[in-house]
Amino acid sequence: MGLFVSCMVDVLYPQVGVATAKLLADQGVDIVFPENQTCCGQPIFNAGQQEESYILAANFLEIFAPMLERKEISAIVIPSGSCAAMIKHSYSILVEKKQSDKLARQCKIVSENTYELSEYLVDVLGAKLPQRDSPLERLTYHPCCHLMRDLRVDQQPRQLLEAITDNKLLSLPEAETCCGFGGLFSLWNEELSVEMGLRKVKNLKACDAELVAVNDVGCMTHINGILIKQGRVCRAVHIAELLAESETK
Amino acid sequence: MSIDIDAPYKSRIREALSDSGVRKAVDRAMGQLAQRRERAVNAIDNETMRDEAREIREHAVRNLPALLVELETNLIRNGCEVHWARTGDEANDILKEIARTRKVKTAIKSKSMVTEEIHLNTSLEEIGVKVVETDLGEYIIQLADEPPSHIVAPVIHKRVEDISELFQNELGMEPTLDPSIMCDAARKELRKHFLAADMGISGCNFAIAETGTICIITNEGNGRMVSSLPPVHVVVAGIEKIVPKVEDAILLWQAATRNATGQDASVYFSMTSGPKKSNHADGPKEVHVILVDNARTNVMEKGYADALMCIRCGACMDVCPVYREIGGHAYGRTAYPGPIGSILTPLMNENIDIGKDLPFASSLCGACKDACPVKIDLPRLLLELRNDLSEEKITSPFQRFLVKSFAWILKRPKRYLIATKIAGLTQKFSVRSTQTFSNLPSPFNHWTKSRVLQKPSSKTFKEIWKNSSADLPVWKTPSPEWKDRGFINDDETQESNR
Repeated sequence: MGLFVSCMVDVLYPQVGVATAKLLADQGVDIVFPENQTCCGQPIFNAGQQEESYILAANFLEIFAPMLERKEISAIVIPSGSCAAMIKHSYSILVEKKQSDKLARQCKIVSENTYELSEYLVDVLGAKLPQRDSPLERLTYHPCCHLMRDLRVDQQPRQLLEAITDNKLLSLPEAETCCGFGGLFSLWNEELSVEMGLRKVKNLKACDAELVAVNDVGCMTHINGILIKQGRVCRAVHIAELLAESETK
Repeated sequence: MSIDIDAPYKSRIREALSDSGVRKAVDRAMGQLAQRRERAVNAIDNETMRDEAREIREHAVRNLPALLVELETNLIRNGCEVHWARTGDEANDILKEIARTRKVKTAIKSKSMVTEEIHLNTSLEEIGVKVVETDLGEYIIQLADEPPSHIVAPVIHKRVEDISELFQNELGMEPTLDPSIMCDAARKELRKHFLAADMGISGCNFAIAETGTICIITNEGNGRMVSSLPPVHVVVAGIEKIVPKVEDAILLWQAATRNATGQDASVYFSMTSGPKKSNHADGPKEVHVILVDNARTNVMEKGYADALMCIRCGACMDVCPVYREIGGHAYGRTAYPGPIGSILTPLMNENIDIGKDLPFASSLCGACKDACPVKIDLPRLLLELRNDLSEEKITSPFQRFLVKSFAWILKRPKRYLIATKIAGLTQKFSVRSTQTFSNLPSPFNHWTKSRVLQKPSSKTFKEIWKNSSADLPVWKTPSPEWKDRGFINDDETQESNR
């Protein structure tokens, strides 16, 4: 399968990429990592500059579609729900406006074969549930909006996390409420974004969590950004890191 | 009301966020409303209802011209007078003309958002007509001289204490926090107006084309009195309110009520088909229906016809995490706050400054899309609007430049590589050894004012991948103590707090 790590993982959190690669390798999957990948274009698309984001979408399609067409890879796996949602659901919006058969074909095959990491592990690979000698305590889960609502992936990460907590994953109040990141929303509407983040932090505190698993480093950056500033003990961690240190074979 | 709804966007948001009283009221009420809504939609096969409701609204909006002609024919057959208004001003002029010729002194109104949209009350008051809102919530904000802050629950930003104080001052009510005593005080006052009014003004939830029937959803019975007690009843309806058949209106009534208030059915569903006939005991002598465009055809022409399918239930604002923090007044001078308002306001106002920032006031979390009973893809419409606004160069040049530069780097792998190398250097040359920035220059100061930002890693994933001798980079199990890990450092917390 083809690995797309996303620009934020590449630059800010390479360890999430490494953990992702380890999880996939543990399942005996051959990993192809095209080194000319950059960004899926989501932040630019969400900023409303579709023409600019189209170029990034076209780059992505040019890298991955031929590999899928030639059957060199059978899937594209991404440790980010929002990038996967962008590729699966928003590329078609950009491509539709170009009226090109080639692009439409590339977009279709890419969209059909793109998966978020936990979705791929559970639904496609049918990976055995991870195990830990000492189950994690005081772990909760924040479902990232695009993963939960655009991709409808929710049970998969919860299953994996229940396994490493011995079915004691803490229930987070108002879990489905956005953390307030929203890409460039967090800059243009900083006060609003921070208030939304503070609500998330309040709920994390209320459920007495020490760790909160997320499937998106965007939400992770935002939640930790506030938590660290506040001096709270809870931290957001990417699900791949939590799983990578558990036995999955 | 502490928010100046005509202030610039940024200061409205800031004011809203700093008003802890309003925030508490909105938060509590929205939480309850969301729970009630959740119960009501889960009690039925909501997905089937959404599919059917969507089909009805889509059909109606697609076939607007033909359905409007059918509606007009049947309204006239029922004895109504039909007026067409291209703009809000035209609608107000028609209404003023009706009021003037009938020598109207007092008009009673049931709740209507389109009349808020066209500022009907102000317009009628100009010619000396006293306008009295009869929906309890609308009555309260009329006494307080404030605009509604929610399309279903206009007074959601007020606490019981605020309303009690208002009634004590305006109605001479004895001090109390008992809602039933407060209701009685309002009822006693309103009863006088119901009996004295020369004109009743209502909005319209659904206009049924096949029968020429106007439907109004209310809970207090005021709508029925407005449409049956005074000698003249004027209906003000947006042209998109149309539905083809009676069954359609009944299904949409279900969809609207369950989503708006979390009730299985509203207490009243008033269907009006024309003035009093000779064999009727009650009813108005005249019924006028003003069909208002007021930029609705603009919304369609610009490609946002989906937004016209809205049945004004307010579910999108009830589940919106942004609305929940700021309430309705922060959306500015508009009748429509929340996600649907962020689409309609910039499209319906000639003065683009009123709404240009609203499409960006969303984290695009998608809760509204999941809630909408007619399946409007609100995030998608917000995204398209953002694109239109930036193509038309209405967004800030700095914002466009920044995003463009960002894209310029990202679109060539080589540029990206250089940029990530430079980013990685920040780690090496940082004075402080922390893993996060707590003070960055513009535009990232917008991040670091209340948050720290993770520093770029000294090695990108690409470098790690390239340099790993085997097929795979080596996964190093982090220390079992999470807080000892690089980016989770307690010293850092203390440092950033200094």
